[in-house]
Amino acid sequence: MKFKALTAIAALMVAAPALTFADPDDDTLVIEGQEMVTKTDLPAHMEDANMDMIMSGWHFRSDETQALQMDDFDNPGMIFVDQALDNWESVEGSAGKSCASCHEGPESLAGVRATYPKWNEDAGEVRTIAMQVNSCRTENMGAEPYKYDSTQMAAMEALITLQSRGMPVDVAIDGPAAETWEKGQEIYYTRYGQLELSCASCHEENYGNMIRADHLSQGQINGFPTYRLKNAKLNTVHGRFKGCVRDTRAETFSPGSPEFVALELYVASRGNGLSVEGPSVRN
Amino acid sequence: MKLATLTLAATLVTGAAFAAEIAPSDVQFDEYGAVDQSLTGTPGNPEEGEKIMTNRGLGNCVACHEVSALDYAAFQGNVGPSLDGVADRWNEAELRGILVNAKKTYDGTVMPSYYRVDGFVRPGNAYTGKAADDSFGPLLTAQQVEDVVAFLGTLEYEE
Repeated sequence: MKFKALTAIAALMVAAPALTFADPDDDTLVIEGQEMVTKTDLPAHMEDANMDMIMSGWHFRSDETQALQMDDFDNPGMIFVDQALDNWESVEGSAGKSCASCHEGPESLAGVRATYPKWNEDAGEVRTIAMQVNSCRTENMGAEPYKYDSTQMAAMEALITLQSRGMPVDVAIDGPAAETWEKGQEIYYTRYGQLELSCASCHEENYGNMIRADHLSQGQINGFPTYRLKNAKLNTVHGRFKGCVRDTRAETFSPGSPEFVALELYVASRGNGLSVEGPSVRN
Repeated sequence: MKLATLTLAATLVTGAAFAAEIAPSDVQFDEYGAVDQSLTGTPGNPEEGEKIMTNRGLGNCVACHEVSALDYAAFQGNVGPSLDGVADRWNEAELRGILVNAKKTYDGTVMPSYYRVDGFVRPGNAYTGKAADDSFGPLLTAQQVEDVVAFLGTLEYEE
């Protein structure tokens, strides 16, 4: 009897904070002295969405997790940036080149993360950073491509993303990118799987709410690649998409598939105006 | 005359053999989404229903709904409404209808259908991410739905 009462009290203590703090917080994200835009007005294309503002997923995490992203020495994602820097300078492939051979320092790619996925005129398609990295590797270096959502690719994306840290996300959705963007929008609102959940079911209609211990965010991707405490690795956008669709009890799509490229462009555009934060830290 | 007798006999035999279990595609809804007829003909067991409501591998109802009577189940969600006093708001047929296919009661609701097998987009094989195969079935069995209905029937506000 005593045990039951104690259990009940413990359950209340556990449950109460989760419910009290279910709403996103009002903290300010400053990384290495640089203040990030983590809340801002809806992009024009989202005026029909039932939302007041767009918000970084950082606001939905605990103070402890938030703090890990505010100092590069605490951010485990930065370890992968160092690894990618080694790869950046490593000669690979038949052409005897490294990334540095053409691009010099990674800082030459400042602004890239903010505008990708992006229409590539020569290729006649919308390309993600990962596609562009592999295009460089196979066509310019004569090297093997990285697996799309491999650790090496995630690390290289983190290095490239870091060069745009603090810049506003600004992906183009019009012109030649429009068709891909519309396809991505359609996927975003499609209720997949046996649970019949769309991206919007959780991340537009229910952000701020709890699904058991999971605090639903807006599903913004301005913090990717993301170091997750849950799996202790750097996670790519497509890796996260794959897991989300799988969790609707659906036949999911593959990282690098045309569906996920389109979805990435669309979801990125829902964050137009937020700061590039990657590599971020989430739970 | 002979035909009628045979039909009657066949109905009786079928009824006994299947205990009148209704297949997912044969469930009859009224215009408001309620399902009057028991899916199995066997009364639900509220104790089993309680287990289904809290088990992550079964109904996991508390993932989205708060239920004070189940406060031992930590981290109850708030995507759906609290189920406290739900038996005062809905009768048995209405609760059954919401469990089987809530979209018949609330158009566009995010609540999954717990006793339905068709009409899905890219249905998967559970949580593997792979396509559904021959083993695809409803999220809960007919009797599990009845068990949850029975448990929900106990959630009345105290007078």
